[in-house]
Amino acid sequence: MKLSKLLLAGVFAGFALAATQASASVLDKVKERGTLNCGTDNTAPGFGYLDTTTGQLEGLDIDFCKAVAAAVLGDASKVKFVTVTDKSRFDAVLTNQVDVVFAHTTMMPARESSIAIDFLPINFYDGTGIMVKADSGVTKFDELDGATICTTQGSATEIVLSSTFKARDWKNSKVLTYENLEKLFAALNSGRCNAMSTDKSALAAWAGNSPKPDDYLILPDTLDKSPFAGFVAANDSRWRNALRWVTFGLFQAEESDITQANLDEKLKSDDPFVQKFLGVGGGYGKDFGLPDDFVAQALKAVGNYGEIYDRNLGPNTKMFLDRKGTPNALWTQGGAVYSPLWN
Amino acid sequence: MNADQAADLMVDSERLAARRRRNRIRYHGTQLAIVGVAVVLVVLFAVAVKEGLARHGIRFSFSFLGNAAGFDISEGKTVVLDNGFWPALAAFSSDLTIAQAFVTGILNTIKVAVLAIVLSTVLGTLLGVGRLSTNWVIRNLCFWCVEFVRNTPLLIQLVFWYFAVVLHFPPIATAAKFYGVVISQQGLYFPAFAWQGGDAPFAIALAAAFCVALVGAFVEKIRPFRWACVAVLVAVPVVMFLAGFVELDFPVASRFNASGGVGMSPEMAALLLAIVFNSASYIAEIVRGSIDALPKGQWEAAASLGLGRRNTVNDIILPQVFRVVLPSFGNQYISLTKNTALGIAIGYPDLFNIYGTIANQTGHSLEGIVIVMVSYLILSWIISAVVGWADRRMASHGAAR
Repeated sequence: MKLSKLLLAGVFAGFALAATQASASVLDKVKERGTLNCGTDNTAPGFGYLDTTTGQLEGLDIDFCKAVAAAVLGDASKVKFVTVTDKSRFDAVLTNQVDVVFAHTTMMPARESSIAIDFLPINFYDGTGIMVKADSGVTKFDELDGATICTTQGSATEIVLSSTFKARDWKNSKVLTYENLEKLFAALNSGRCNAMSTDKSALAAWAGNSPKPDDYLILPDTLDKSPFAGFVAANDSRWRNALRWVTFGLFQAEESDITQANLDEKLKSDDPFVQKFLGVGGGYGKDFGLPDDFVAQALKAVGNYGEIYDRNLGPNTKMFLDRKGTPNALWTQGGAVYSPLWN
Repeated sequence: MNADQAADLMVDSERLAARRRRNRIRYHGTQLAIVGVAVVLVVLFAVAVKEGLARHGIRFSFSFLGNAAGFDISEGKTVVLDNGFWPALAAFSSDLTIAQAFVTGILNTIKVAVLAIVLSTVLGTLLGVGRLSTNWVIRNLCFWCVEFVRNTPLLIQLVFWYFAVVLHFPPIATAAKFYGVVISQQGLYFPAFAWQGGDAPFAIALAAAFCVALVGAFVEKIRPFRWACVAVLVAVPVVMFLAGFVELDFPVASRFNASGGVGMSPEMAALLLAIVFNSASYIAEIVRGSIDALPKGQWEAAASLGLGRRNTVNDIILPQVFRVVLPSFGNQYISLTKNTALGIAIGYPDLFNIYGTIANQTGHSLEGIVIVMVSYLILSWIISAVVGWADRRMASHGAAR
């Protein structure tokens, strides 16, 4: 009797599992729930990092999460940060544990074709770099033939290193992978790894945040490009489109000089473009399923893309990654940060 | 007894037989039905999951196993087909397939598990006997070692061994060297025997004789023959060494690592240390418990025969203990093998670690986890079978328990 009940329960559980998949857009679920579950890293300074002195998460990715929460729910504090690792980030979004992931994820074809995710617009242009300890005497990548180079497991760098070794015919070089950047950095410090490889921004951040930044040397070589983008589960174009245009909104606001500080002023502007962009008297939001003032809400919470960048990676931060002359500059200044037409 | 009664009895027994048959059919029918329902449930569940995945845009297929891996693995060998036919072991490289990457992981897991099983059995038995020593220092040392290891999480011990011990070995440039052994944080390197005989028939014949003698020394039941095998085991290596068929290959340190000899990566060393110490302390408890459970009369009888402590333990106690503990050891071996999956915490490329990389680079995490689970299941079965075989063999050797 008991057994048959158990079996019956099992059958229902199986069907329930199957049934939960066929439901509405994540956008509706987030609005219904009233909070946004956002997957971020907490060990990547400048992107997603738990500042142990303040106990706050900070970084570019964290600010993007807040911008999305503000745009969708009208309140940047209604975001629940879920820590994901390089390894767990895809499963986290596929299993609906999080609604969106912003975790310095490199956009590449295999990820969009064989993992069921859709990328959002690129929000940071990075490259794969190499860092050694300054006292190792290594000054360029070519000297590392035969070395053990460490990186994080499941990262794009793993593949980049393998193909670089192969292209150079370095038979004795080894790739050693660790779970997260913390262990990776510890292994570099201990001397186990002759070099550490990951995205240049992360290298700069870890060296910059360490007690003695001068002990490390980031080699001039860039092994490959590494564009970062947030991502959502595939086949949900309502949710994806909404988030795409939140991101574009942050880009466009910088181009149009709308900042966190002058937002109130701009809300009173008579410029029809600014009015519609910020949702004064009807905007773009409704058809996306968002409030009309979604861009204004995001800007109020975290500012435009330039402000987000400066807050986390700008001259006043420890890692300081200069935007000038890189693809991270606005397109009007020769960079690649570009928003489609808002009209 | 008259004819009527006999007929009645016949009818009775027939009726009884018929009832038994009915009962048996009913019994088997129920069993069959339960198995059938279970199978149907599993199939329904699989179909439901597959449909759910498909709705999510996730494909469930094992075809990705044939794709080129594209990533490297820091250590380990895989099976390749030499000349497209003969299976052979070769180092993994990024142009091999994902299936071969899984094989590398399985072989790495087996490598650590086998070494750990041997070492932890030896160490565990020593610790277990040590806990019953009459020497106060040894007894308490063993007690505290066992207690300390058993009462802290294995993961923490592993991280300790790796980051606090192994990675504090000297760098390769200033590595500690003695008798050809190189100890550095890039790895431990030991001198190894290297085959120099090529395919000379005499050399191969000697090597074959060595292998036969090795098997013979263990399984040969007739004593003089067994001793002959042992003599061959000693003589053949000396001859091969003198003839130059086998040479000692010493590791030589270069700028970033060492070459030659047999190397063990720091990750493997740390994982091995952690698992050996952990399992040894559990094995020590099994051994101690079994010794305690032996009737006190065994000790007294040995003492009355004038046997010393050492002789009593070696000849009376341990032989009896090993008859009893093997199944418990088997459990320990299985859990130790599964514990190697913690290697991921320190970057050792065991099966579970490599699964992580594959799942990430290909997106086929569900298929991967199925392969991983089946692999661990098979490994555990093999261990059970081997331990069961050893147990039966041991029982048949002496009087049955």
